Amino acid sequence: MPDLLQVEKLSAGYGEALVLSDISFTLADGQSLALLGRNGTGKTTLINSLLGLTTYRSGSIRLGGRDVTRERPERRVHAGMGWSPQERNIFKSLTVEENLTAIARPGAWTVQRVFAIFPRLAQRRSNLGSQLSGGEQQMLAIGRALIVNPKIVLLDEPTEGLAPIIVEELIGVLRNVIRNEGMSAIVVEQKARKILGFTDRAIVLDRGRIVLASDSQSLANDPAQLETHLGVTERPSGKRPS
Amino acid sequence: MTAPVLETIDLEKKFGGLTATSNVSLKVAKGARHALIGPNGAGKTTLINLLTGVLRPTAGRILLDDRDITAVAPHRRVKLGIARTFQINQLFADLTPLETVSLAVSERLGAGKDWWRLVGRRAQLMDEVAEILEGFRLTDVMDERTAILPYGKQRLLEIAVAVASKPRVLLLDEPAAGVPEDERHMILSIVAALPADVSVLLIEHDMELVFQFAQRISVLVNGALFTEGTPDEIARDARVKEVYLGETTDA
Repeated sequence: MPDLLQVEKLSAGYGEALVLSDISFTLADGQSLALLGRNGTGKTTLINSLLGLTTYRSGSIRLGGRDVTRERPERRVHAGMGWSPQERNIFKSLTVEENLTAIARPGAWTVQRVFAIFPRLAQRRSNLGSQLSGGEQQMLAIGRALIVNPKIVLLDEPTEGLAPIIVEELIGVLRNVIRNEGMSAIVVEQKARKILGFTDRAIVLDRGRIVLASDSQSLANDPAQLETHLGVTERPSGKRPS
Repeated sequence: MTAPVLETIDLEKKFGGLTATSNVSLKVAKGARHALIGPNGAGKTTLINLLTGVLRPTAGRILLDDRDITAVAPHRRVKLGIARTFQINQLFADLTPLETVSLAVSERLGAGKDWWRLVGRRAQLMDEVAEILEGFRLTDVMDERTAILPYGKQRLLEIAVAVASKPRVLLLDEPAAGVPEDERHMILSIVAALPADVSVLLIEHDMELVFQFAQRISVLVNGALFTEGTPDEIARDARVKEVYLGETTDA
């Protein structure tokens, strides 16, 4: 069986500016990838390029064996990509529920199930997108990525702006969906440790290139690599009570 | 607790049938390092919008140094010493950090009335601009267009602009949102190092930062004050764990 996602020597950017060079990686069904790197290293550009939202230069992207390199973004979504963008891009003039039903595709993820992981959205189902708080918009953006029932979900900083208890819940749900339902995921996150615990593999970008590819577990246990590539330093534990 | 610099009394804000702020009586002490936490949609940003005057409360009062400012316009409140930052940057994309900070300092000094002199020739003003840029580690990018700066630098500039107004109360709405790990601590250490008489009210979901920064924490739930206390008290509070913190100890 071919890998779900095969990216080969992908180069892309915005207009004249080349941001990504020679990106190659594969992801199997039900595998998850942590996409890490400092600020401005090309993480969001890579997500956007998988979706066809950047200026393509060279290389190829295959999803489920099919070449989608030159397909339009909506065709890629239909082929099995779900996306939660960093800016959230909620439809402001639609209600919470309409934001979900407008794009829902058949599968395990339904409006009810999205409401089950984010009860706050159920409370606000009839409120307009424009009336949501920052964190509520984030929940809705993640819900929309799931409700297209994708083969692979692309989450760009999904935990940003969420209360700690919601982050816990979300990570539990993602872990379960990836392990037990075979959904694949690529997750961009500023705090590496938060996602190394539940992803299978990790790649680190620097200036638009992959500088490290590893399994998540070994990277999590390698303070030297974390420090070199992400500037993450060990802090004495026990600083916080409880 | 020392005398509050900023105080709300039974503050209430309704949007139609939705009560976003419900009888909030909050005191921010002079020189406070105070954090405001709570579930998503609890009304934290709404409260900041009430304090800055962007929203008018449905009922209740806001006092700054015992003076009632409930009806004072937002731009007048800045002159009175209340400054804020936004969850999503509100910067001039086409200006450089140097121009942006110069503009903020000029505005505070009323330099608009001194329009015939080039800003760059006003030594005192430029000294202060240089000091702020250096303090926020923006000197190396001060001539770049803001739009192309890394997000972490943009967040620093957002705070620098607020600080340039020499506020007595600084309201920070998720200053670390979208900022990489190695720069998060820098943001809060810069804020923590502000003059002792500047009071800071911080909204943030990164508990590592909150517990490192705050001397006092207020918890907002469903628009109302749920509890208040020292970081130790809040971290041990089972009800706060249940509605907000979860089991995470260092997210």
